[in-house]
Amino acid sequence: MPEKNIGKIAGINGNMLTVGFETSVTQNEVAYALLGDLRLKSEVIRVRGQFADLQVYEDTRGLKVGDSVEFTNELLSIELGPGLLAQVYDGLQNPLNKLAEKSGFFLKRGLYMEALDYEKHWAFKPAVKKGDKVCAGDKLGSVPEGIFEHLIMLPFGFKGIWEVTDISYEGNYKISQTIAKVKNELGEERTVSMVQKWPVKIPITAYKEKLIPEKPLITQQRIIDTFFPVSRGGTFCTPGPFGAGKTVLQHALSRYAEADVVVVAACGERAGEVVEILREFPHLEDPKTGRTLMERSVIICNTSSMPVAAREASVYTAITITEYYRQMGLDCLLLADSTSRWAQALREMSGRLEEIPGEEAFPAYLESLIAGFYERAGLVKLNNGKTGSVTIGGAVSPAGGNFEEPVTQATLKVVGAFLGLSRDRANARRFPAIHPLDSWSHYASIVNEEMIETAREILRRGNEVNQMMKVIGEEGTHIDDFQIYMKSEFLDAVYLQQNTFDKVDGATNEERQKYVFGKIVKFLNTKFPFNNKDEARRLFNEMRQLFIDWNYTAWNSNSFKEIESSIDSKVKERSTHA
Amino acid sequence: MRKVYHKIIQIAGNVITVEAENIINGELAEVTSSRGTSLAQVIRLQGQKVFLQVFAGSRGVSTGDEVRFLGKPMQVSSSEDLLGRVFNGAGNPRDNRPSIKENMIEIGGPSVNPAKRIIPRRMIRTGIPMIDIFNSLVESQKLPIFSVAGEPYNKLLARIAMQAEVDVIILGGMGLKHDDYLFFRNTLDEQGSLSRSIMFVHTAADPVVECLLVPDMALAVAESYALNNKRVLVLLSDMTNFSDALKEIAITMEQIPSNRGYPGDLYSQLASRYEKAVDFEGAGSITILAVTTMPGDDVTHPIPDNTGYITEGQFYLRRGRIEPFGSLSRLKQLVNDKTRKDHRVIMDTMIRLYADYRETREKQSMGFKMSSWDDKLLKYGLLFEKRMMDLSVNIPLEEGLNLGWKTLAECFDKTETGVKTDIIKEFWPEKQ
Repeated sequence: MPEKNIGKIAGINGNMLTVGFETSVTQNEVAYALLGDLRLKSEVIRVRGQFADLQVYEDTRGLKVGDSVEFTNELLSIELGPGLLAQVYDGLQNPLNKLAEKSGFFLKRGLYMEALDYEKHWAFKPAVKKGDKVCAGDKLGSVPEGIFEHLIMLPFGFKGIWEVTDISYEGNYKISQTIAKVKNELGEERTVSMVQKWPVKIPITAYKEKLIPEKPLITQQRIIDTFFPVSRGGTFCTPGPFGAGKTVLQHALSRYAEADVVVVAACGERAGEVVEILREFPHLEDPKTGRTLMERSVIICNTSSMPVAAREASVYTAITITEYYRQMGLDCLLLADSTSRWAQALREMSGRLEEIPGEEAFPAYLESLIAGFYERAGLVKLNNGKTGSVTIGGAVSPAGGNFEEPVTQATLKVVGAFLGLSRDRANARRFPAIHPLDSWSHYASIVNEEMIETAREILRRGNEVNQMMKVIGEEGTHIDDFQIYMKSEFLDAVYLQQNTFDKVDGATNEERQKYVFGKIVKFLNTKFPFNNKDEARRLFNEMRQLFIDWNYTAWNSNSFKEIESSIDSKVKERSTHA
Repeated sequence: MRKVYHKIIQIAGNVITVEAENIINGELAEVTSSRGTSLAQVIRLQGQKVFLQVFAGSRGVSTGDEVRFLGKPMQVSSSEDLLGRVFNGAGNPRDNRPSIKENMIEIGGPSVNPAKRIIPRRMIRTGIPMIDIFNSLVESQKLPIFSVAGEPYNKLLARIAMQAEVDVIILGGMGLKHDDYLFFRNTLDEQGSLSRSIMFVHTAADPVVECLLVPDMALAVAESYALNNKRVLVLLSDMTNFSDALKEIAITMEQIPSNRGYPGDLYSQLASRYEKAVDFEGAGSITILAVTTMPGDDVTHPIPDNTGYITEGQFYLRRGRIEPFGSLSRLKQLVNDKTRKDHRVIMDTMIRLYADYRETREKQSMGFKMSSWDDKLLKYGLLFEKRMMDLSVNIPLEEGLNLGWKTLAECFDKTETGVKTDIIKEFWPEKQ
């Protein structure tokens, strides 16, 4: 054991320490500032001469110049192993529930706890035998974790090919127990347990190749799946001003998206919003599996009043856990709310480092960091030929709701779908407030292009007519144009808008979307003979009423069919009439 | 006895620098000058250099003045005796009564563990339809009133405070006009609420730095009361002054400004205060109502913008009315399904139709012919403004809902409202 590498504090500025050291330090290594009995976790973020600048993941109150700092020579890492699911962590992977047991209402600084349960026994089943050759990410065995078979893999940091020299029998083990021994060509021997550490800022790449994301990730949100779809392994962002419903949308996605594992990173946002997830998920049933939603979720929670530096770490902690489950061949979804807070944390640090600021004082490396983060998404072919995916959805909170700002722009460059939330739509209570004309997606929809084009054309032209009507008035508008306007409003009201708080309307499955959308497009393509505008308005109001009622009835239920037949007869009656 | 330093090497803005050893980050010091003694707080350490922000300001501080470090951070008393008292931004009594030194607690304490929070569930009734029906206020919510100078925001704040059923009211005044301070005090007094109130008041005439401490003291006291099973309502007015004080210190410290001169950590600074709003499991709660005056009525200004991202909604106060558009209570969904079945329907429908009314008004003002639908909307809009938006209306929620149905029925046919049929059947008032 080498002597501890100790430095001395030379300056304190907010949560940044300048530390003088004697031997050597590594960029991004973890260090602890010692304050009496407390050890405050920090990370080296710059080295200049014999001084290192550290960002502290805690409040620095009480530290003095001359206090000691202990360097660890380890990058910021998290623990990966069975038992991650259903956990609630802070940005540094401290389990919040256990912290609460220990320190009560408040987050005591300098209190760190093990992320996983080291006492619990897991039923291990080996999948290799002595003499087998394995490489990083290959399955050594598995344990059941909730509804999943949690693979125990050769740690991702093991380079080259390894020979299994020993493997445990089937049985119950604690995660720290050795379950296998391996040896490489150089004769180096290592032991493997069920838990491994991985530095969060480095992507896990223990797979064969990255593929093009093609299969849709059904979110059960009509406007997304039909108009602006997201693929498994794709990326999307939801920028929007405050009050436009970003978080409500993210919650809807975390509930209804048809992913195997959902990781929610609440990064620098309101604590109250996380609490809703924390308290509700354990009681909400996942219709796909019949288990609670919590059992497929991991929540990383570094809310706005928690230390700023840990906010930056929280998105990396979240993506690393997401990648870990992807390695088991699962479709994983990471929802980060909000990436702007992460960018702001970078900005705060950059300011303290007195770096030359870029646009709006964000650091010049902001774009490359954002790009690097979203690039960790993807559909991959694993070593065993199976596929797994990481889909990333990032909320962006642009200052002043202006999409021209640096974080939104840097994000738009790298994502595959842009779901822009609009203040106007939110003010008009049209939720989800995703703008139907400004948003875009590069991924394939669940319905055919032609139908979407029809619908889009109606929306576009309806918007034009609306603009025109504002200038020339309703009485100057031709009845045909008016009909198009009414159709676009109808489409908006009955399909694009969705009541996320309603049990039925909140989630529309793929089959139903295809069916209903087909009916709507047919209706949109029908030309109705109207004598005047009031007559048109009346019909569309009635139709809107019918369709809204229809949306609230359970799929394929009796009332669903009843309303459908009254819709059909009404359309038939009116289109032939006159 | 702690060492006294006599050599101030730099005075810039309200920040002074001395050379000293063994100084703790965040500790307090006393600066004694010809103008008297003021507290100061350590805000940065750089080798031997210690940067202190002087609460009373640096005016009149000379380079030879005494600086004595106290070895402890800023504290405030959390005693029961605080009730009915008034303090200034440095925590000293403003009401000519003795100071209180019992149960001292640190201000700006750690964050509440999210795992120990509970979902807010109690609605705070205010008797104002624009709040109760359309944007219900919920216990433990943090909500700003976005307004501009000249609007009666302090009156609104006081009115909500008077009607809300809470145990303790704590007022944090920042840059308050002296008249406003007296207004709050008299209102509390008239309603007999003074004995359950605590005031931390920094007036516009006081030194700027003291403004920075007001929210922290108010919230630290609120927290200790809430832990003792009290339901606390904290009123902060005006957070724009607080943010401007932050800006002033940041610029003095030569920090790189991010947006319109405000420091890059404005969001975190505001969040660490607003996030003190909490409903403790098995104890009391803190609800925060704050005023943010928007410079130039611009909601994209950094202060209201950052605030909006932190708080759980906002009320826009314009022309003496709470604006239906933009005003939002994010927590209303947690309570408005338990009030009455038609609550949400009325809320959504009336606002949607009012939005249509606004559009019609625009068309009307441009001289377009009004269709029969437009006429209905015009009638509706006026009624809505009179019955719902006027701040003088003071009715319980249920009465407000009935009035809503009445208004709809007076203006529209059933199918024109876009309400689900079963709700219409149950609530649509039959014509007399």
